[in-house]
Amino acid sequence: MGIEKLLFYVFAATAVLASLGVIGSRNPVRAALFLVLAFVSTAGIWLLMQAEFLGIVLILVYVGAVMVLFLFVIMMLDINLTPLREGFTRYLPLGVAVGVVVLAEMSLVLNPQFFGLEHFPSPIALAAGDSNTKMLGQLLFTEYLYAFELAAVLLLLAIVAAIVLTLRRRNRHEALYQDIGAQVRVQASDRLTMVKMPAVVAVKEAKEKESGDE
Amino acid sequence: MFDRLQTLLAQWVHADVATVLVILVQAMMVIVPLLLAVAYLTYAERKVIGYMQVRLGPNRVGYAGLLQPIADALKLVMKEVIIPSQSNVYLFLIAPVLAIAPAIAVWAVVPFDDGMVIADINAGLLYILAISSIGVYGIVIAGWASNSKYAFLGALRSSAQKVSYEIAMGFALVTVIMTAGSMNLTDIVMGQQGGMLSWYWIPLLPMFVVYFISGVAETNRAPFDVAEGESEIVAGFHVDYSGMTFAVFFLAEYAMMILISFLTAIMFMGGWLSPFEGIPGLETLFSFVPGLAWLALKVFILLFVFLWFRATFPRYRYDQIMRLGWKILIPLTILWVFVVGSMAYFKVAPWFVHGGIA
Repeated sequence: MGIEKLLFYVFAATAVLASLGVIGSRNPVRAALFLVLAFVSTAGIWLLMQAEFLGIVLILVYVGAVMVLFLFVIMMLDINLTPLREGFTRYLPLGVAVGVVVLAEMSLVLNPQFFGLEHFPSPIALAAGDSNTKMLGQLLFTEYLYAFELAAVLLLLAIVAAIVLTLRRRNRHEALYQDIGAQVRVQASDRLTMVKMPAVVAVKEAKEKESGDE
Repeated sequence: MFDRLQTLLAQWVHADVATVLVILVQAMMVIVPLLLAVAYLTYAERKVIGYMQVRLGPNRVGYAGLLQPIADALKLVMKEVIIPSQSNVYLFLIAPVLAIAPAIAVWAVVPFDDGMVIADINAGLLYILAISSIGVYGIVIAGWASNSKYAFLGALRSSAQKVSYEIAMGFALVTVIMTAGSMNLTDIVMGQQGGMLSWYWIPLLPMFVVYFISGVAETNRAPFDVAEGESEIVAGFHVDYSGMTFAVFFLAEYAMMILISFLTAIMFMGGWLSPFEGIPGLETLFSFVPGLAWLALKVFILLFVFLWFRATFPRYRYDQIMRLGWKILIPLTILWVFVVGSMAYFKVAPWFVHGGIA
């Protein structure tokens, strides 16, 4: 068995076990961490399939950003687990039934007689110097330009929508409100007035002498 | 050298096992010097800050305190690892592992000289971004598993800060990729050939500054070290850690600091290239200096700047950190991506030297 095959089986087994952990673990934080593990092992499988850009981006985007925010939210929730687990046995038959239906549908679509390596042409092996990133970029910006740009606009819209939904306009005179721009713009002369006065005022002669000097 | 080692090993063991063994040897040759560098960086930090504050710094253990890091390490190893009774033990113990593993795994693609790199992969820069973004898990999990308010607050602060500054960092790297036309770190260094003035710090000067500032924020160093704000939240996410578990967090932080310095040197300061390239007299005069020494010199300078920052600047307030990241650095980087793009399109010189985005 080659080392690539061994790595594939390690990654695949980890991915399957981790996904079981996601639905099986009682602690939501641990479930989220299992999801992270599943992502990482999937990224490993993609790397083995010579899709290094996709594999690394999966880690960068999902593991490095999305799941961190997800974990954030889960950690701050104080979930009481007992009511969540209530009625597990009551819904179990329904859950099993749905599972069986899904399995049946999938086996009808992915007809098992199509399984096996002999049904598929072996993928074209890339030359060592070929850059996965460059190929993807060329495809995205030529053939799929429209779809790509549309997806980008859609995401932008989603960002704007999220900001608008959570935007809270605060009263300018509210004590908590802080106009950082104004704070940065402020000059010393706005806050402070220098008052010049003679050092000695009490003695009359000194004053006369001072004016005489001038 | 490693090819010969591999053929030698292959005589005794299976070829694949020999490959794995050679990779292990290469990894050790990076990790051991890295950990030593971390140890002496702590010493350098205490000495540098000491002299800046007109003190002597550590000077008791060994000559001029040179054995101080060893003594510290021994002390930390001997100390008891306390596990808080209300903590989630499993996650509490796995958090330091999650912090140190990415900080070391990143070094797989960092080149030290032309060809002196463990894995010379095409998407090197992307790999570094991806793996170093995993490091935040160590902090988040440490904060949560400790089951302490201070630790949790520190973890929240730190992870929000890291996720925010990663964006500015990523965009700064995009400009480097656009100028170099490659994500391979060796290619990026080779694209900067031609002396100090053709390094990327000139055409990408704002990005150089943004990248380094984001690097300081990413590593939770002063002046952005609100994650451990001693005066407010005791020590942040690692307040409940003791002994070696604490030391591992420390190791990860300093390893990331060295990494940021290496990356800044590689991407903006010509990596292992000599600064005198192309200058008639000086080039031959300094041609005996190996590339690794130039890279090390640049890294030393950048690490000194890290320490200098810590001794000089007061700590930022948290909302100001977020404001700096989101409202100043990120718009600036997006603007500069646009500038570099248009310069490359119109084939204007410094941004379009070595082919660029073709």
